[in-house]
Parts: sequence; C-alpha cells; structure tokens
Amino acid sequence: MKSFLKSPLSLLVAAGMILSGVVRTHATDTPREVVVTAKRFEFTPKQITLKKGETVTLKLTSEDVTHGFFVRPLKIDTEIVPGKTTEVTITPQATGKFTTICDHFCGVGHGNMMMTIIVEE
Amino acid sequence: MKPSFNRRSFMKVAGVSIGVGALYQIVPTWGKGKEGQEMARLLGKANGEPVSPFSFVQLSDTHVGFNGPPDPLGTKAFELAVEKVNQLSEKPELVLFTGDLTHDSEDPDEHASRMKLFQKISSRLNVAKIKHVPGEHDAGLDGGKLFREFFGETSYSFDHRGIHFIALDNVSRAKPEVGEEQRAWLKKDVARFSKTSPIVVFTHRPLFDLKPEWEWFTSDGDEVMNVLAPFENVTVLYGHIHRQNTQKLGNATHYAARSLIFAFPDPESGSEKKPIPFDKDQPFKNLGIRQISGKEQHSVSPGSLSINDVELTVREYAGTAGIQQILKEGVSL
Repeated sequence: MKSFLKSPLSLLVAAGMILSGVVRTHATDTPREVVVTAKRFEFTPKQITLKKGETVTLKLTSEDVTHGFFVRPLKIDTEIVPGKTTEVTITPQATGKFTTICDHFCGVGHGNMMMTIIVEE
Repeated sequence: MKPSFNRRSFMKVAGVSIGVGALYQIVPTWGKGKEGQEMARLLGKANGEPVSPFSFVQLSDTHVGFNGPPDPLGTKAFELAVEKVNQLSEKPELVLFTGDLTHDSEDPDEHASRMKLFQKISSRLNVAKIKHVPGEHDAGLDGGKLFREFFGETSYSFDHRGIHFIALDNVSRAKPEVGEEQRAWLKKDVARFSKTSPIVVFTHRPLFDLKPEWEWFTSDGDEVMNVLAPFENVTVLYGHIHRQNTQKLGNATHYAARSLIFAFPDPESGSEKKPIPFDKDQPFKNLGIRQISGKEQHSVSPGSLSINDVELTVREYAGTAGIQQILKEGVSL
C-alpha cells in the first residue's frame, strides 16, 4: 500500500479524481448561502426555511439605515450596516418557527419589522 | 443587639391602577410606638434616611404626536391622566414618566414640536417633582440628543424620602441595551447604600426577557439586575409594553404601567404583536379610564401605621410589598 501511495500511478489517480470532481472538499464544506435584505421596515424575503443540522450562511445587507437582526432561540444578534454584507453562519439544532426582529431602532414602523425563520427536520 | 421586631415588610408599595397609569404609595408598616420608632431609627441609620410615607405616580407611553387607526384620540388619554392625577385625594409628590413621551418623526423640527406639546400637557400636573426617562421613540434615532435638550440627562439618580430612585436609559443606543458605561455608573451609584436600602429603578423596556420576539427585553438586563442583586428591596418600573404586568424575580419586583395610547394584547394569548383595535364606543377601553375614590382606611397589622390605600373601585394590580424591606432574624442593622 505504502509503495502504491508513493508511486507515480497514485499521483495520476489522485490528480484524475480532483480533475473529474470526485474530490469536492471545498464544495461540500461551503454552507448554503441565504440572502436577506433589510430596509425600513421589512426584511426580504419575509420567510426562509432551513433544515435542522444543516449549516447555512445568512448574507445580510441593508438598503438604507442600520438594522438589527435578532432571533434569540437561534442565538443570532447582529447588526446590518448599509454598504457591507454581514454574514452569520448557523447550524440550527431544533425545529420550529422563529420570529426574527430588527432590534436596532430604525423609525416609526420599527416595531413591526420582522421575518420568520422556519427550521424543518 | 438583635431587633425585637417581627419579620415582615417594613414598607409597602401599593401599586394601584388609576386607569391612566399607576399610583404607588410608599408607606412604612412599622408602628408609631416605641418599637416602630426604634425600627425607623435603625433603618435610617443603616440607609442614611428613614423612609417616610408618600405617594407617587407612574405614567407611560404617551406617544405625543401619534394619531392613527389603532388610536385616533391623540393626546386625549394623556390629558385625562393629568386631570385624574390632579384630582387624587392624596397628592402625589412625584410623577415618573417611563418613556415614549413622544412618537418619533423623521423631521427633527416636528419631533421637537411634539416634545414641546408633551411639556405643555405635563406642565399641568400639580406635582412638585416630575422625572423622565426616554423610550426608543424619543431617543432611538438621534441617540437621545433631542431628549437631552428638553429633559436633561437620560440616566441619573436622586433620593426622595429615604428611597433611592435610579433612571436607566435602555433605548438611546438604538439597541435594547443599557451598555457597559451606564452599568459601570450604576455600580458606583449604588455602592454607598446598604443592602436594606429601598431602590426604585425606572426605565423604558423590561429589564428581563418578557417577550424577546416582540422586543420586550433588554439584552444586558441580567447584568443590570446582577448589579442590583445584593439589594433586598428593588422595584423596577417600566413601560414599553402598553399593558400592565408584574413579575417578581429574585429580590426585585418589576411593574409595567398601562400606556396612554393604544394597548397591546397579552403576549401569552397567542396573539400577534398588533395594537388592540380601537373601539369607538369605548374609546379608553384598554387604557382603562376609570374613576377612583381614595380614602384612608385600614391598618396593616397591629402596631403599624395606617396605610393610605386607595379604596379600590379600580382593580389593585400590584398587590403589596413591591419593595420588601425584610428584617431578617439575627441580622443587626
């Protein structure tokens, strides 16, 4: 076995696997990305669905002012500053329907700025 | 020498809905006799000043400038509240406003005119001392700049008849938080008091997780309450939730006052966070405008002072002992 690993043949086989896409280490480790946009006084989309145990990166942007993105059960508490993308990576461990709110005061309709994150089996 | 008093509250806070806010009566429950005088002397020595009877009123969430479908009455409930307070048989010495004095506006001039209108209405209160903390609608957009111009600092403390009052700002940082700097100030502020000193904190948002998904919380509320945890008699008064609520957590009792604009539903009812619809036939329904009649009545326990409880033609919601000054057996003052 050792001699196989050291042989030129093994290098060729490994190179072939990489080129053919059999080895996708990078691809399989990259979490699914979900884009959420905030603007006064709504998030878009209003609802996203995730899978329990699946690692997902939320890419959050603001079209106007600074907003908050807060959902206690998923341990998310971050700010969305205009002009920059805020990334939050989570792996939900429980199913449920979780209300997410803007917790950075943004004006008269702030109290109704929310969206829903659903986590399914 | 161990005090010979029974273990009991030395002071009672009777929180009474007056339909438009909350009336709190601070009354020591020890007697006028020799025993009571000795207790007053000991507590006064420990706390700097003995508590003496007085009443105060909490008013909250007037939202001056708001005029919309959930409540088209504008400042009517606020103005009625001012009349009711002025009619109280036992004149309060203090009124605390726990935030959202105004509804915010994008236009600073318009917001300033709302603050002026608030001042105009509140100036009709026939009360010597009026104190305020901001709500997020007062201070969330400009970090409290305009509020400071009209009402002064957003956090401060003062003493009144043996009670230490602390105004905490959990809105000016835009997030629901008090912040490290203010928590450090709080720690210093209370350092000079004994553990038995009665403390009343007034703030806008709840300092505990009442309903985080409705933004009914303060993110560093636990840290604030940890600073206050050594004190045996802490009362927290807040607004924000537009409904009454009472929670006893550790040594502290947290009371929310009704609003003077639309009410929110009970968060435990499964309802959405939407104002309770306006009922034109009962315009003050959920704000609970009701008449009260107050008169002195019963004694609390043998040998204690009479408590000037308001005779409850309205529902008493806070019960007793919001501030519990307990004399523990074996503890010398």
